[in-house]
This record gives sequence, C-alpha cells and structure tokens, in this order.
Amino acid sequence: MIFAVILAGGTGSRMGSADMPKQFLEIKGKPILNHTVEKFLPNPAFEKIIILSPKAWIGHTKEIIRKYTGSSDRIAIIEGGKTRNETIMNAIAYIDREYTLDDDTVIVTHDSVRPFVTHRIIEENIKAAEKYGACDTVVPATDTIVEGDGQQISSIPDRSRMYQGQTPQSFKAKLLRDTYMSLSEDEKAILTDAAKILVIKGMDVKLVRGETYNIKITYPYDLRIARSLLEDEDIK
Amino acid sequence: MINTVYRLCYPRRFEIAFEDIDISSGVIVRPTHLSICNADQRYYQGTRDIKVLKEKLPMALIHEGIGQVIFDNSGSFKPGDKVVMVPNIPCESDDYIAENYLRSSKFCGSSADGFMQEYYAIEPERLVKLPEGIDPDVAAFTELVSVSVHAISRFKAIAHNRRERVGVWGDGNLAYITSLLLKKMLPNSKIYVFGINREKLSDFSFADGTYLTTEIPTELTLDHAFECVGGNGSPVAIEQIIGVIRPEGTISILGVSEYPVAVNTRMILEKGLRLFGTSRSGKTDFKKTVELYREYPEIPIYLSRLVGNTVEVNSFADIKAAFETDIKKSFGKTILHWNL
Repeated sequence: MIFAVILAGGTGSRMGSADMPKQFLEIKGKPILNHTVEKFLPNPAFEKIIILSPKAWIGHTKEIIRKYTGSSDRIAIIEGGKTRNETIMNAIAYIDREYTLDDDTVIVTHDSVRPFVTHRIIEENIKAAEKYGACDTVVPATDTIVEGDGQQISSIPDRSRMYQGQTPQSFKAKLLRDTYMSLSEDEKAILTDAAKILVIKGMDVKLVRGETYNIKITYPYDLRIARSLLEDEDIK
Repeated sequence: MINTVYRLCYPRRFEIAFEDIDISSGVIVRPTHLSICNADQRYYQGTRDIKVLKEKLPMALIHEGIGQVIFDNSGSFKPGDKVVMVPNIPCESDDYIAENYLRSSKFCGSSADGFMQEYYAIEPERLVKLPEGIDPDVAAFTELVSVSVHAISRFKAIAHNRRERVGVWGDGNLAYITSLLLKKMLPNSKIYVFGINREKLSDFSFADGTYLTTEIPTELTLDHAFECVGGNGSPVAIEQIIGVIRPEGTISILGVSEYPVAVNTRMILEKGLRLFGTSRSGKTDFKKTVELYREYPEIPIYLSRLVGNTVEVNSFADIKAAFETDIKKSFGKTILHWNL
C-alpha cells in the first residue's frame, strides 16, 4: 500500500510577522495546505493521505479540510512530532496501527508548503521507492554552492554534481523506520531530512527530477511568487 | 487543485501556467497520449493570421487525445478507466444544428485550452470509454477518425442512394481514414482514391482502386466524392471532382483551406450537384467511432499504420522537440506520450 504523508508540522517562524503557520496562509482564497493535499487526494494510488499537524492546529486543519477540500475518509489528520523525522515516524506508527506495515509499504513524504508538485514527480517517486527503496526529489543546482565556516570559503564543490533537494522524499516505510531506530542519538542530531537517515548508513537513495517551480513557500517572498503564479492566470 | 497548463504564448514558444481546478464536481482525467493536428501546427508555426494569433494565444494546444480517469464525482467512471476526451464544448443545444456547428460552442485548442495539461477537468458527458486493449497510440487520434465518421454519417443522410462508385481525393491521413471507414460504412460501394504521391497511394491497399490525379482515366465516373485535400490543393481537387462526378452527385468537403477557394459554379448548376461541408465532430460521432473500433477490430490495426513518430514527453523541453519532429514528418501522426 502507498500512503501520502503531508508534513504540516511547521510553525512558520520564518514567515516574518505572520502568526499563523505558513501552510495555513491562503493562495487564491484557499490555504496552501489544501492546495497541497489536493495534489494527492485525486490520485487513486494512495490508500490514505496522512496530514501531520502541530497539536494546537489539528482542529484548525480538520476545519479547513472540511471547508475547502471536503471531508474524505481517505484523509487522516494526526499529530506531528518534535522534529521532521519524529513526525514521519508518527505517520509510520499510524500506518502500523491502522493497516499492515510490510516490506512493500511505501510512504511519499511531502512538505505541506509545496503545492506546485506535479503528477509526474509523484508518480516517479512512487515507482522509484517501490523499485529502489528510497528516493529524493531534486533539481540541478543553478547557483554555485560554496562551503565555508561563516568567514572563509573552505571549498567550492563541482556544481555539476550539486542538486537542491525538494520533496517528495519517498521510502519503503519499514526500511526507513528500522534504519532510523538503529541510529545513535548523535546520528539523529545531524539529520536535516529523512533521506539522510539512509544516506548516513550507506544506503542508496535514488534521485527523481523535480521542477524549479516546485517551490517551498518559506518566506514572505515565496508567498508573493506563489500568489503571482496562481493568481495571474489567464482564464480561457 | 493546482493544475499545470502548458500554453503556447507565441509561435514556437511555450510557457507554464497554473490554474486552480475544482475537484468537487465533474471528472479529472490524466491525459496520457496526445496527437498533433495540422491545426496545432498552424498555431505553433505562426501560420495563422496575426490577428487570430493575438486573439487566441496564450492557449494550450492539442484537441486529439486520450487519458485515464483519476477522479470522478459523478459516478459515471471508475479511476483507471481509459477514455477519449471530446474537445467540442457545447454551451447550448439546438433541434436542428449539431453541437459542432453551433457558433456558441467552444473547442479545445481553438477557443479554449487544449489537452496539454497535467490534468484535464471535464464533464462526464464529454468522455467516451475506450475498448479494452485498444492501441493507445491509435486511440490518441480518435478525434480525427470521428471527423470522418461524422462526414460519412452526414453523407448517408444527404446523398442519393446510388452509391456504387465513391471517390476520395487526397493521400494524407484524413483521406486514409475516410476511405478506410467508407469501406466499412458503405460496404456495397467501390472506393477509389485519388492522390499525388504514388508511394502514399500504395498504402491504401483496402481501396478498390487508386489513381494519380495526373492520370485519371477519361472514361472514369463517380456517383459521389469526398474532398480530403485542403490547403493549396483544394481548388484543383474540387475542380477534378466536379469534372468526373455524375449529375446529382454529392461532394463532401473536409479539407481546410486558409484562403477562399474558387469553384466552378456553372458545372455545379449544370450537373445539379450538392456540396456540403463538415467540420469537427460531436459526442455522437465519438461514440459511433468507438463502436466501429469494437465491431471491426481490423480498423485500429489499419489505423496503426498512421502512427509515424512517438515522442516521450518527460520535460518541458520535450514539448517543443515533439512539434519540431512533427514538422519533418511526411505522412502519419506524431503521438506524444504525455508524462508531464
């Protein structure tokens, strides 16, 4: 079985003065979270779309799903964890509780603030996770990446081998959970995303080509871009 | 749901746009196989009148295509059903005028966005389920086949019943399809094809005879004829048809020309001929076409000869590459495997 895991745990600390977490801000009269969920909901490949929300915002999440997208028994809204990976583990625990978690269970984890993800990206994630066990969505880096200590450059990696990570990141759920459980606390402390759980254990993570417009709405500037992308449309 | 739409904004230049589509009603189809028509090429290459281009672009092209139902609120289809999309969008109904002739109707890739989209939101009435196992590369140009079905159906209602010898002018895709369908829809008629390319004419093996237009026997006569030439070839084709057709015959005009065509009205009057035009098709014609696929499984097999190029479209850049590939083809259809 395949599950979409929508990570809506952020509290929006980078979105300037907005008190509301960024996934609840509206684009074209609808919260960003709804736009994102609606990219997964019509896809029959998904058994369930699991939305992980901060505890204080679960009620609000349920309300906006009902109001803007419509209630569906294919949507579950549960509490997220303290970190991104703890949040994903909560989703896997939910699947284990409600369904049968086996070696072939796949999760497609996605940022709730990337509503421009496409059908192709989702399909390629599912196929890659089923075939290789894990995948990460990336676009080739366009800016030169510079490594430094805040004062000086220590290296300039070859740009042709550099990518910018997007989501979805997709995994065989049991493989991800078992590998995560095997990590030491020190190893867990350096994780920035879920793919790294497997990478630090030397496991292969397949690359899936993303799209430059699969943007993460993190800063007020991104919100302006997202709004102009969707609201400037010329209705035919 | 945010939907990605790939629109032509200027000749030879596409752009990506996004629109919010309502998933609470209608059907959401994922386009899978698209087919390029000459009408799409006229926009792509900018050969339409500049005023028309300014008025219609930006617009998503392609009106020939099939897809897979992913979501249906109406309960008419199941997820996974393979369907052909009807590109004509009627806005009213009329007791006498068919949906494809109503001036108020919209048409995908002409007055509304075409199928070059991530998803296509459509009413269930505009979909026809395809037979199991049909070759999707052939099914992709069902719209073009339905245009021939429409023309032949109208012919059957208009033309007198002596239909022993029927001619088809043209050796391109539309002529191939029309003459193939005439063999099935008029089983007692002899079908003769007239073209300018000997090699292409040799593909019409199902016809009862083929002739180069420069070598039409002087004694040859026809009861009725179909003009499937269009463009600059229209005037000569129509002139030849008027010359060989018997009195009170019916001429079906299918070829599109950008310019007005002069016709020999004196001979039309003297012979009492009937000329009728057909353009596009409606839901009924799509249903009839799919029934013909089911009834005559050899039709899709013959049609598979028209699949010229198949292009995998995995990225934005592949769209332009597909249109450029299509320009270079000499015969057949370019099919896009739509993976975007």
